Amino acid sequence: MAAQDVPTDEGSVLFQSQCGSCHGPLGNGGKGANLAQPQLRRATDDEALQNIIRRGIAGTEMPSSFLTPSQVSRVAAYVKTLGLVEPEEIPGDARRGAQAYAALDCRACHAVGGDGGIIGPVLDDIGARRSAAYLREALLTPESSVPSGFLQLRVVTRDGRALTGIRVNEDGFSVQLRDLSGGLHSFWKDELQTLDKQWQRSPMVSYEARLTPAQLDDVVAYLVSLKGG
Amino acid sequence: MKTFVLLILLVISAPLSAQVSYERILDAESEPGSWLTYSGSYGAQRYSTLDQIDRDNVDQLQAAWIYQTRSTQKFEVSPIVADGVMYISEPPSDATALDLRTGRPLWSYRRSLPQGIVTCCGQVNRGVALLDDRVFLGTVDAHLVALDARTGRVLWDVEVAEHTEGYAITVAPLALDDKIIVGIAGGEYGIRGFLDAYDPTTGERLWRFWTVPGPGEPGNDTWSGDSWERGGAPTWVTGAYDPELDLLYWGTGNPGPDFIGEVREGDNLYSESLLALDPDTGELRWYFQFLPHDIHDYDSTQVPVLVDAEFEGEPRKLVLFPNRNGFYYVLDRVTGEFLVGKQFARQNWAFGLDENGRPIENPETIADRDGAVVYPDDDGAANWYSPTYSPQTNLIYQNVRETGATYYLADATYEPGRIYMGASRRPVQGEDPAGFLRALNALTGDLVWEIPVHSPPWAGLMSTSGGLVFSGTTDGDFFAADAETGDVLWRFQTGGGVYANPITYLSEGRQFIAIAAGSSLFNFALPESTGRTMAFPVWAMGIALVTLLAMLGGLIRGRSRRAD
Repeated sequence: MAAQDVPTDEGSVLFQSQCGSCHGPLGNGGKGANLAQPQLRRATDDEALQNIIRRGIAGTEMPSSFLTPSQVSRVAAYVKTLGLVEPEEIPGDARRGAQAYAALDCRACHAVGGDGGIIGPVLDDIGARRSAAYLREALLTPESSVPSGFLQLRVVTRDGRALTGIRVNEDGFSVQLRDLSGGLHSFWKDELQTLDKQWQRSPMVSYEARLTPAQLDDVVAYLVSLKGG
Repeated sequence: MKTFVLLILLVISAPLSAQVSYERILDAESEPGSWLTYSGSYGAQRYSTLDQIDRDNVDQLQAAWIYQTRSTQKFEVSPIVADGVMYISEPPSDATALDLRTGRPLWSYRRSLPQGIVTCCGQVNRGVALLDDRVFLGTVDAHLVALDARTGRVLWDVEVAEHTEGYAITVAPLALDDKIIVGIAGGEYGIRGFLDAYDPTTGERLWRFWTVPGPGEPGNDTWSGDSWERGGAPTWVTGAYDPELDLLYWGTGNPGPDFIGEVREGDNLYSESLLALDPDTGELRWYFQFLPHDIHDYDSTQVPVLVDAEFEGEPRKLVLFPNRNGFYYVLDRVTGEFLVGKQFARQNWAFGLDENGRPIENPETIADRDGAVVYPDDDGAANWYSPTYSPQTNLIYQNVRETGATYYLADATYEPGRIYMGASRRPVQGEDPAGFLRALNALTGDLVWEIPVHSPPWAGLMSTSGGLVFSGTTDGDFFAADAETGDVLWRFQTGGGVYANPITYLSEGRQFIAIAAGSSLFNFALPESTGRTMAFPVWAMGIALVTLLAMLGGLIRGRSRRAD
């Protein structure tokens, strides 16, 4: 393709390639925050927004960028047009969703406000970081939306012990994983006969058969209501 | 006689000031206890004949001392060691001399940097050069500084290029006979690359070779329009030197803008090339362009490794070059003739090389709006970190990165000092990037063994007569492998990623291995008792014996003189 074929709406094009994979092609969230909101939680003004695009957000999955200053301002301008999109309609009832969350014992693996397990992602601000559609998808087909940092491993030790868990860390010579009851295990790789990285697997089951459509709406509404701080 | 005794005493008291002449560097292989130039010797094999640490005892290696830098930037130094002192650079553009016995600093040079430094990949530095009693340091504001090796005092400080236009120096300079060679970085900023030589005494520039030829010069017609003005081809990794052929070998980086070829039609000489230059004049003797008209940002800025070997029945002077683009090259270093090109890493940008070594490219890997998946990504299958060649095994060892990315075309408008690349990238999802230490047959590039190291590595390698290869990992491991078999014999978790080349040296007769990891410089040795019993007698008893004989001789002669 010739360089002059690049559309003039460069902010949109840059957003699709650089931001869309996490924030969604429409900016209404996914793995990254829903940006299609009138007010952004962290990017409180234009300068803050440009700083975040340029430098990322420390301690989160939001990386810094290699964009030029003019590209940053064009992406920022495009992000601000996302704020004009009507907020997403959440059909469910968050209070009933909280009850379903408790009844399903989601807290066995997930924590909200410090209450719950440590196998799955903390959900304190999941509603600020993920879109409703993404959360719905995660409940129905967890294996299609495994969050980064939660790779499932299956290992078999040289003495025949098999173990499944979530990768905590790995280097050339060792691997650390957390089993599904929260226990931490550390192995030198030469102690293992099998180290299987199960990229499309998740210990979370699908809730498609366990929730009515109305209950699913409620749980999604509850999760969307978790905005943190 | 008295002068002879005095001479012996001087040798014993090993002065803490360097007098590292060109002749000493030329003959570096005869003093393996020192590490006098970036790659250990001009041939750049990064191989040491020290063998106190070997396959049998390497598992006893332990940290002897550690030096910590104050910077949190990547610590990419390859130290220089001479006469009881280690000379290092520290990020961003500082230099320190360390006492080899204790690890304590003797002096530090801290550079005050101006605002607005632009470097693509961190404000880093890979080391200093040493010549006579001077230390030479390149800086990220594109200056070359000469320091007094005894004190760190600035002797001269010259501007190599204008840093606000994207020029920077991260390379360790190379000291030759009465000249300091220094390259330039800035391939992501539309610079026009060059390689320079400076007078070590005055700082006067002796010559400049433009790696992008200007109008009227051969090769300028390989750039459409005025694109040569922003043509890139930086020279940011230290080269090699063959004193017999009197040729300086140096790799060049990507053309600019990195990912958009349309604005610079043509082969874009001398980007992505190995240059062979006359070190006295900077004149080009030959070049080999690995990748004409690169649009993947595969700088050919690796360390050229000079090896003499029998190739297809003929003794040949070779240069080995595991390239960032994923192919391993062997060239005749007298003529630049292409001899071997063999894929050594996962790649999809080329279907192969033709009989002249020119790649047959895969058009599907050209960045576009929808994204093109490219292996390796623009950090490459290799990068600036050093390979090593062991004459014991005739293998070349290379840390290999196997990671892909999706490249999306973006606009690239040249503004001085601004990124001028033309694409953005996103790592390929759903797979771990992979890394390996690979041992290749030096004459064919065939894989002999490999060690998976998880994250793609940024560590250089060193091999030794102890039958070992030393390497590090991005995850913080530093390890030694059997050079023949690839068995890992020792490892140490340093707690910080290794973005540096290992070296080895003797201190008081004892072999050390040094490597920077995280923000620390580790120095490993065998436990004192092991090292001493193995080494001390050889080193010290020899001198003691000579001294004793000399003194006895002196006494006897003195007596006889008195008797006369």
